[in-house]
Amino acid sequence: MKIKVLYFARIKEIVNYSTEELDLPDDVLTVAALKNWLATRGEVWANLFHGKQIIRAAINHQLVDDLAPIQANDEVAFFPPVTGG
Amino acid sequence: MSVRVQTEDFDVGLLLNQLRLAHPNAGALVSFVGQVRDINDGDTVNTLTLEHYPGMTESALAAIEADAHKRWNLIDSLIIHRVGTLKPLEQIVLVIVLSAHRGEAFNACEFMMDYLKTQAPFWKKEITPDGGRWLDARVTDDFALNKWDNIN
Repeated sequence: MKIKVLYFARIKEIVNYSTEELDLPDDVLTVAALKNWLATRGEVWANLFHGKQIIRAAINHQLVDDLAPIQANDEVAFFPPVTGG
Repeated sequence: MSVRVQTEDFDVGLLLNQLRLAHPNAGALVSFVGQVRDINDGDTVNTLTLEHYPGMTESALAAIEADAHKRWNLIDSLIIHRVGTLKPLEQIVLVIVLSAHRGEAFNACEFMMDYLKTQAPFWKKEITPDGGRWLDARVTDDFALNKWDNIN
């Protein structure tokens, strides 16, 4: 299925872009599975998604946890813990 | 009830007066203003840049505001959060709450700031004389949420 992925703040700087369209394999159905799949893209991605830093996720503008299901055409965002205010 | 995400500065006195005069039934106005500090973790701060997630930011702030209105009997409220690059002494955030009596407005204002700090998608990057650095989230901000678990 096709989804849109957005990256913000420190994560955007590390992966070096802010948005991409992805066509996911059939078995990538949750945020956790997507993180694992992204981690296979190379060292930078593995450090990011299998490393020690906390990465938050949102689907269609709602904060979600790793068990959240992903559906076709979703907008999935990855970002560090927020620091506004 | 409204939220604004903007690059421009805001006039707290003007906004307080507009809201106050629009609501003769309000006996209390409480406001919080956050500003850019000139020093952080011992280093001089030249500028602070706020990045956000357009679309989600507005809906997250509106959800926080709506939650506060469910928990307390509020007459009106306003959240303004700035984005872009700011200098020390510039205003970052404003929360105004109006209620009939002060207790609800004090609580709701603190509640909205506590949730904004941990739920709204903003990220701060400081430029110091040594270069740029993203700020880390504070554990104390997460703890601050706990006090609202059993209230209302």
